[in-house]
Amino acid sequence: MSALISVNDLTRHYGDFCAVDNISFELSAGDILGFLGPNGAGKSSTMQMLSGNLAPTFGEISIDGIDLLEDPKAAKASLGYLPENPPLYKEMTVDEFLDFCARLHLISRSQLKTVCDSAIERCGLGDVRRRLIRNLSKGYQQRVGIAQAILHSPPVIILDEPTVGLDPIQILEIRQLIKQLGQNHGIILCTHILPEVQAVCNRVQIINHGQLVYTASIAELLNEDSTRYEISLNSSLKQTVLHEGDSAHTIFNNIEPIDDHSFIADSDLSADRTTAYIIAQNWGLTRFTRHQVSLEQIFIDLTTGDTKAGDTKALNETGLRD
Amino acid sequence: MILTIAKREFRSMFLSPLAWVLLAVVQIILAWSFFTSIDVFFSIQKDLTTMANAPGVTDLVATPLFEIASVILLMITPLLTMRLISEEKRSKTLSLLMSAPVSISEIVLGKYLGLLFFILTLTALITLMPLSLAMGTTLDYSKIFSGALGLFLILSAFSAAGLYLSSLTDNPMIAAIGTFGLLLFLWLLNIKNASDSSNVLNYLSLHTHFSSLLRGVLNTSDIAYFLLFITAFIVLAIRQLETQRLQS
Repeated sequence: MSALISVNDLTRHYGDFCAVDNISFELSAGDILGFLGPNGAGKSSTMQMLSGNLAPTFGEISIDGIDLLEDPKAAKASLGYLPENPPLYKEMTVDEFLDFCARLHLISRSQLKTVCDSAIERCGLGDVRRRLIRNLSKGYQQRVGIAQAILHSPPVIILDEPTVGLDPIQILEIRQLIKQLGQNHGIILCTHILPEVQAVCNRVQIINHGQLVYTASIAELLNEDSTRYEISLNSSLKQTVLHEGDSAHTIFNNIEPIDDHSFIADSDLSADRTTAYIIAQNWGLTRFTRHQVSLEQIFIDLTTGDTKAGDTKALNETGLRD
Repeated sequence: MILTIAKREFRSMFLSPLAWVLLAVVQIILAWSFFTSIDVFFSIQKDLTTMANAPGVTDLVATPLFEIASVILLMITPLLTMRLISEEKRSKTLSLLMSAPVSISEIVLGKYLGLLFFILTLTALITLMPLSLAMGTTLDYSKIFSGALGLFLILSAFSAAGLYLSSLTDNPMIAAIGTFGLLLFLWLLNIKNASDSSNVLNYLSLHTHFSSLLRGVLNTSDIAYFLLFITAFIVLAIRQLETQRLQS
């Protein structure tokens, strides 16, 4: 299947300042891509270029197989975009506004009503549809913004910080909605909220100083095949794992003590057999989990250090030793 | 597509009090001047009957009305046009149009067309005043038509200039002041050589072309002047938005 979005060597300069430096990536149907980066990293510039609001200095963007620069109208037809500040005409009611957006996206007259109704229902706007957008709370305005982006069910949806200003229940609802949309659309989700990415996305990209510094699937991130474990015992490590000349060293490598009772280590054995081993040693196992690098850790490591792309593996390891 | 944007623009104007207030203010001032000129007409009516080739009621009432309307609207049009693009930039709603399958030309033309609907309403309301005289007298309809057309054309020209200046800034106030300054300048361009018709400045002035339409002279070159003026500013506005997409 061809990619819904494919970006090649995308670069954007503002005068001498290079905001986006030669980035390339793809998005396929069913993907929910989390796009992360600190402020000023080039996130919003990238989103603006993808949505045709900003022309790239050079590079190629194609949306649903159509080149955005050569045939912008056709390419934009397959796009739903929610910018950082939801673009709402505040003097209109929700119904009027969505009707205008639907016409703007060339929805045929006979379908206008069904399309608007379904977006209103999906975003939970039923109670406010006749109210002026100006008088709605921030959360509802945000939802109108999302409704506008999904209205014409475009193959590609770009959401720039969609859950800002929503209450916790609305956030859960919107995440649910995004996940549901992700089943048949490709979604790019720009956000600062890292747990949101872990909860919703199936791929992550981190951008820093205009460059892509990290790309991975969430499955990779959670590292399901890793044999590095976090183990807590109710006996002192010094008398057990770290005891000089103890046989423990034969199955654990790279031991990294957390405190006197717990440690992180690679095991030569599978999870089953490692626990069996610990139990056989009679160390008093109280907790046994697979060690996971948190997205937060990766994010901080990548965006605060001077590290460049390509060193992600090495970074993961330094992250572990922090 | 252009029509969708135009309709929204037109409705949006009436959703805020601005359009209503402007219509009311213009209408009140012009009604007052209309009555004053009728009054003047009555007082000199006797003398007119003795004159050969005397000016009729259309010349003495309708023509000055259009003239005054154009001066008042020179000041008011900037208030109508200032928000067209700058407001969208300021509240970041422009990205809604930019990410929709619409070209920049369509956005600009749509907005301009929306404004033309408003101007058409305004011109129609103003023209109704001299037309109401038809109940009591005979009017020179072609002269009224030519005057109304002149008013509509000059207002369209004002709006095109306003549209362009609105695309330059994200501050509506600056757009309004800039538009007012530019229009006034173009209006007064011929202040020194108004009588010398071969003068270039005289030819460039908005006022020259408007006054010949007011006199009932439907000259192709005057209409072409207005159309060129409008086209030039619309093209400039489109180019301005294109450049901003490249540079912003």
